[in-house]
Amino acid sequence: MSLLDLITIAIVVFVLFNGILTAVLGVIWAERKTLARLQQRVGPSRTGPSGILQTAADAIKLMLKEDVRPGSVNIVIFYLAPLLIFTPIFMLWMVLPFGPDWVLSDLDIGLFYIIAILGLSVVGHVLAGWASNNKYALLGSARNAAQLISYELPLVFAVLAVGLLAQTATDRPFSLAGIVEAQGSVPYLIIMPLGFILFLVGALAETARIPFDIPHAEEEIVGGAFVEYSGIRWGVFFLTEYAGLATMAFLATILFLGGWTGPFSEQVPILQPFYLLVKMAGIILVVFWIRAPLPRLRIDQLMAFAWKIAIPASLLNLLVVATVVWVQHQNGWELWVTSVTISVVSIVLAAATGIFIQRRREQRLRQYRQRWAQ
Amino acid sequence: MIETAILGAIGIITVAAAVGVVATRSVVYAAVFLLISLVGVAALFLMMLAEFIALAQVLIYGGAITIVLLFAIMLTRAPEQTNVKDNAQRPLAAMACVGLFALLVAAALATPWRTREPGTDPMAEFTALSELLFSDFLIPFEIASLVLLVALVGAVVLTRSGREGA
Repeated sequence: MSLLDLITIAIVVFVLFNGILTAVLGVIWAERKTLARLQQRVGPSRTGPSGILQTAADAIKLMLKEDVRPGSVNIVIFYLAPLLIFTPIFMLWMVLPFGPDWVLSDLDIGLFYIIAILGLSVVGHVLAGWASNNKYALLGSARNAAQLISYELPLVFAVLAVGLLAQTATDRPFSLAGIVEAQGSVPYLIIMPLGFILFLVGALAETARIPFDIPHAEEEIVGGAFVEYSGIRWGVFFLTEYAGLATMAFLATILFLGGWTGPFSEQVPILQPFYLLVKMAGIILVVFWIRAPLPRLRIDQLMAFAWKIAIPASLLNLLVVATVVWVQHQNGWELWVTSVTISVVSIVLAAATGIFIQRRREQRLRQYRQRWAQ
Repeated sequence: MIETAILGAIGIITVAAAVGVVATRSVVYAAVFLLISLVGVAALFLMMLAEFIALAQVLIYGGAITIVLLFAIMLTRAPEQTNVKDNAQRPLAAMACVGLFALLVAAALATPWRTREPGTDPMAEFTALSELLFSDFLIPFEIASLVLLVALVGAVVLTRSGREGA
């Protein structure tokens, strides 16, 4: 490694960093517009064409705002926490590939890197809540840590199942580029729908999106861990949330939607990042769509769903994939037999999980009705 | 040259943070210093091309252990500035620390380390490690997780009996 390499890395990281920030501005605008449409409103419309400059204006406002710091906070940790929250999310982008050659570092164990780095952002949330010296902030960070730790498990198990499945078609099953190559023309969404649903639920919970926005429920704990932050420090929390959403959508695209593959993506390589970003935008829109009609979960519902449904289902998914891959390994099946087997079992499991949830709900409703009738 | 400089910087940060853990009076600062030190160790592993070990270090120590520590500190409402200036156990603790350090140094010097050339297949090492972990060392591996589970259940039982006043 020479000095020139270091400078090149620094420039690429700088461009990527600013690219993410700009993308986040776009994502926030898209969310406001989509939500507005879903609620029969217009949304931002004054700043620039269709209000597209609204979030840029908001960002400038946040940067120029006075940085208010309550006297009772622990200064060092109060200022450290936003950095600790943002850095891990940004670090994830080091291994995310935009195309076969469009990646900063194609780690052989990229999947494991993502799992490891993802866990770090909890520390920042916990420290922010503690340093604020405010009971709502502390409650928010406790909720955040509990939620992130619980939903990390289904997320990680879903991701592991992807790695196991990719092992049948590539010799680099834990590299993100290897996973995209392993999918070929059949994305893992079709082979492993249960895994995709679990990943999406886990990702929603990890990024604390509605219906999982318990850590900063405005009506209960007025914003949670960042209640005492203002100006650009508050902006960093907000930014992290949307950068996290973009990262999760990117990951879902890579792991389940076939990444950059699409019609003619082999012949015209410039189409590859385009396909990737279009698929990613699709997932982000689905997340907005989920957000619009749903209320917030209660914390006991959140925990019950994680430990009673999501984690067993993700373990079952992992078990099925592992068994089928093992049997294929023993019997030398064709690849498509494995795919179809996993697909059928996965769909049956997803349906069974859905029916199970529905049954439980009906049972609960019956119980409530009986209680009210008495 | 640059590698040596980076390695040196990481080493200095790691050791300085480790000193900070024992030197600071605030438990939360100690936890933050511990996090820095542990991530520094992970960076050292990374500089030695041991990606998997580095990431395992970040995952287990950087993520899980630090969070458990911070949670324990916050939920028990430990006073921020404990005024423990000195303690009768200090010589004993110093002796234990120096002894452990000497033992670790002796073990590190006595072990014949195998090195990997840069550019060899890192997956091969990863595969070999996982095969060892799930065949020859399966029982120690599982027992280690069992010990953690016992500790977890024990902690729950201890706090429960305290709450009921039994």
